[in-house]
Amino acid sequence: MAERKFRVWRGNAEGGEFVDYQVEIEPGMVVLDAVHRIQTHQANDLAVRWNCKAGKCGSCSCEVNGKPKLSCMTRVNDYAPDETITIQPLRTFPILKDLVTDVTWNYEQKAKIKPLQPRPREADGTHRMQQEDVDRVQEFRKCIECFLCQDVCHVLRNQDRKDAFVGPRLMIHIAQLEMNPLDTADRIPELKKEYGSGLCNITRCCTDVCPEHINITDNAIIPLKERVVDRYYDPVMMIWRALTGK
Amino acid sequence: MAADVGTGGHPKGMFKTLRTDAWWFEPLWTGLGFLIFTIYANYEMLKGDNYWYNAGVEGFGGYLSPFFSPLFFADTRVWAGAPVHESFFGLAPEWWPTWFPSISAALILPLPLSFRLTCYYYRKFYYRAYFMTPPACAVNPAPQPGRYEGERMMLLFQNLHRYALYTAIVVIGFLSWDAFMSFFRGGQLGVGVGSIILTINPILLGMYTFGCHAWRHLVGGRKDCFSCDALNRDKGMTKSYGAWRAVTWLNERHMLLAWVSMIWVGWTAVYVRLVASGAITDFNTWGN
Repeated sequence: MAERKFRVWRGNAEGGEFVDYQVEIEPGMVVLDAVHRIQTHQANDLAVRWNCKAGKCGSCSCEVNGKPKLSCMTRVNDYAPDETITIQPLRTFPILKDLVTDVTWNYEQKAKIKPLQPRPREADGTHRMQQEDVDRVQEFRKCIECFLCQDVCHVLRNQDRKDAFVGPRLMIHIAQLEMNPLDTADRIPELKKEYGSGLCNITRCCTDVCPEHINITDNAIIPLKERVVDRYYDPVMMIWRALTGK
Repeated sequence: MAADVGTGGHPKGMFKTLRTDAWWFEPLWTGLGFLIFTIYANYEMLKGDNYWYNAGVEGFGGYLSPFFSPLFFADTRVWAGAPVHESFFGLAPEWWPTWFPSISAALILPLPLSFRLTCYYYRKFYYRAYFMTPPACAVNPAPQPGRYEGERMMLLFQNLHRYALYTAIVVIGFLSWDAFMSFFRGGQLGVGVGSIILTINPILLGMYTFGCHAWRHLVGGRKDCFSCDALNRDKGMTKSYGAWRAVTWLNERHMLLAWVSMIWVGWTAVYVRLVASGAITDFNTWGN
């Protein structure tokens, strides 16, 4: 069997270093397989979070050769045979140990967002929705909360504005609620201020890294930004609302 | 741990990354491509000649360069300028400086330019290529002066993209008229290579403009419930949902259409210039 070199970051919040490992490679292996092989044969104390190994739980997020990826969906043979594969923890969140980061901040942001407030049920006790009304929302439900989009978003990653922007994952969540035909809550004022839609400068990295291929930028963030424009920046709409009360 | 490496082994410093692919290629080619177009548009505006061709045949019809459409004023001082009767307001005003010949281009170019500058696709490209915030995904950005505010504060004007859209739609109307006019020479119907080029121009611009995110929002994206337009159904779906889906199809190709339409505008202007200056011959059915 062929061998290839892996560089894995080892350490904790205080510090650490890259450690090189030679790993035997089999056809069809993914990066997470290599990490498990290192853990089994060379470094029993290597910390890695994983669960389904099928790209559906979002646990094994890390950075492979500088790009945010799910390690279980990244094939080793995507890289040239002589290329060293570097594996790091996510940059945007505090490191617990080795490849494991603390993503609690994301759940704290989610808790800040107004939940669904459905309109009253119809006379027969049901809620009815047409497919054309839920097409958009269904795309957002594919999110597996791997937080790769949060990791790559430069507002959170480099500009350190976690205080002002909830990030693309939560923008999807807000879009999913705002566009829900049953929902009656109004999140536009919070979207502008607390959730920080204006911080996003639409460089689309969140969409580029999404393993579920959710078009985060075009289908969630930009439509939400346009709703903020309707409410706060479009003078004609503002006059129309003042005159009609709508 | 070295000082230039953060916790997790992430490098510190401008443009630092552990990416091993050619991440710099996209910002480089898009940055250069738009720069070349901008330089050429300014060249056309400042030169202000060779923007009209009708083979010297009087009467309705001719090729008008898109950088000069709509033609507000004619300028008889320049070579291959449009005749006075083709302009909306006649001759250029006396006070207009002679060193800046094209008042029409100067008046019209800011409109499509403002549409492209506030376009959601172009924002991605120039924030990456020119402002380096960030130059590519997972690559460290250029340092910011003060706290990063995104599209708040100085960039609040981006929120008026829909108004730039309205002006772009008007310009497409004028360019469509120019396309129609290109099928006539001296009032006689015909077709030339220039007619085809001038016709493709508003079609591509229309596909780009009507795939705009602001337009997508206005035709239906702003609604939470398409089916609530129950009285407005057409072939099983509401008209607003049908319109939204059609715009979505174009929107999914917005980047491609942004580039193709921009390049075609430049190519149309180059073609009219070459024909008007006599550098090349326009093959056509009029025989002149």
